Amino acid sequence: MINFILLILIYTGIYALMAIGQNLITGYVGLLSLTQAGFFAIGSYVTAILSVTYGIDFWITVPIAGILAALFGVVIGLPTLRLSGDYLAIATLGFGEIVRNILNNWDSLTNGPMGIQRIPMITVFGMKISPYAKWGFLVVVWLFVLVAFVLFERLANSRMGRALEAVREDEIAASSMGINATRYKVWAFALGAGIAGVAGSLQSTFILSVTPGVFTFMVSIMVLCMVVLGGMGNFAAVILGAFIIQFISYFPQLVGLSNIIPPQFKQILFGLILVTMMIWRPQGILGRKTRGEPAIFKRRGGKK
Amino acid sequence: MIVLETKKLTRAYGGVVAVSEVDFQVKDGLITGLIGPNGAGKTTLFNNMTGLDTPTSGQVFYNGEEITNKSAHRICRLGIARTFQNIRLFKELSVLENVMVGLHFKTGKDPLKGRLKAAVDSYLHVRTEYDATHEKAMKWLEFFGLSEFADELARNLPYGHQRELEIARALATDPQILFLDEPAAGMNPSETESLMNTIRRIRDLGVTVVLIEHDMKLVMNICDTITVLNYGRNIAQGTPEEIRNNEQVIEAYLGKEEE
Ligand SMILES: Nc1ncnc2c1ncn2[C@@H]1O[C@H](COP(=O)(O)OP(=O)(O)OP(=O)(O)O)[C@@H](O)[C@H]1O
Ligand SMILES: [Mg+2]
Repeated sequence: MINFILLILIYTGIYALMAIGQNLITGYVGLLSLTQAGFFAIGSYVTAILSVTYGIDFWITVPIAGILAALFGVVIGLPTLRLSGDYLAIATLGFGEIVRNILNNWDSLTNGPMGIQRIPMITVFGMKISPYAKWGFLVVVWLFVLVAFVLFERLANSRMGRALEAVREDEIAASSMGINATRYKVWAFALGAGIAGVAGSLQSTFILSVTPGVFTFMVSIMVLCMVVLGGMGNFAAVILGAFIIQFISYFPQLVGLSNIIPPQFKQILFGLILVTMMIWRPQGILGRKTRGEPAIFKRRGGKK
Repeated sequence: MIVLETKKLTRAYGGVVAVSEVDFQVKDGLITGLIGPNGAGKTTLFNNMTGLDTPTSGQVFYNGEEITNKSAHRICRLGIARTFQNIRLFKELSVLENVMVGLHFKTGKDPLKGRLKAAVDSYLHVRTEYDATHEKAMKWLEFFGLSEFADELARNLPYGHQRELEIARALATDPQILFLDEPAAGMNPSETESLMNTIRRIRDLGVTVVLIEHDMKLVMNICDTITVLNYGRNIAQGTPEEIRNNEQVIEAYLGKEEE
């Protein structure tokens, strides 16, 4: 039982990273993109391939996974960011499926549908962080979440964060204020992709194997649900969203009803959550962070 | 001295020629009025000078440099700011943040460091950057008497204040030329009165003002020079006195008398 809760918390952490990225893209810049599964997959495979085939340490594969996913973000972002709303969602959804197809078929690199097994565990100062013991892994994952939270929260309160929100609110007005809207959209896309890549690295060392089947578009939908449910434009809220969605998706197993409740139940439920939230509480459970002086500045005291 | 001019600027939307071979000039330090009946092409001319629209033919020069096909953010950075006929505020941001966005590229530019270094610095010293921008933005709110609304959401501001906030945001980009598209639209007489003063104060800051306006009292009162468009064509320009007595202008506004 406790193991199961730890499992949910670990997945919450991994998905929270993706949700933080999605929040930058959707909550801040207002772009409805459905790419996180694709970048998650890229990150996972980078760590899997580098550590299994080339024996490179996990900690070195993480930045590589993040940067490579971010580069893919730029490559995907440049052509698609001209699209708006639903069109962007459809185009980006296609990207995730393309990635999965490539992983399935590029046998020499990815080992096709069989995937890659025997991924080495993370080591910290020579100590193995076994995913079976869970506690250690939980700490590692949540340290990542903490760092990402601080970095992204800070970004959101910087002049770049304000520019991103301006672009969301009114792109034409923003560009008339000297803001290069396209540049900022691509940056947001790259950063959101990069953090999903890092989440992928963690995922592969948690499962100790990767297979293309994991990275379906449901992953992107789940991440979007987390953001919408928690509250767009609020990093703490999307972490809460990540927990709720993970909890819901493991609930049947938690109460031992997994053989009665079919897995499709999740998908229906996520769809329902998205629709209900959009209609009844579009701002999410916690809502957008309040305006005025950013809380992280107030806490540090400072002048005034 | 002429700071901005268009040469035979034409903008056609399919068969509709919204602006037709217009030679429009803006002189440094003056308040220039741009008037004309509804649909005369005033907003279209603005859009074509500020990079939001591209002329079908003709050119735009700013301080002698051609800016015809430059994008909006480039043109803003060169020193041309604007407001919109249908107010375009960042509605879900606070009043203060709207102005802070106006300060965006000024605070990002550091001639000594280059853009990337400046961007990284603004991230590392996010608090310092915030305070500095905050302070500058508050100055602009004070200029417009909007300080008390600083933390309100822009969308909650009364209408007249929204127009003022849009001007404040544009001024925050530190422009040489400020384009105002119907700043008095929807204002009551006393708000219009105070707007007139504000526009004069803006001129006194050394900003060249170009305004589209239907309120003739305002236009005749504060403009140093007026250009009149009708059906996309530039039919007259001159001092308010000259415009008031111009036959073609009177015809345009009152309609040609049938023979
Ligand atoms: N994007 C567009 N597509 C097609 N036609 C347009 C477009 N924008 C403007 N027009 C047409 O161009 C003409 C000039 O419009 P414009 O908005 O410039 O007039 P205006 O002088 O600003 O009028 P108003 O005083 O009503 O604001 C109008 O006939 C309008 O219908
Ligand atoms: Mg107009």
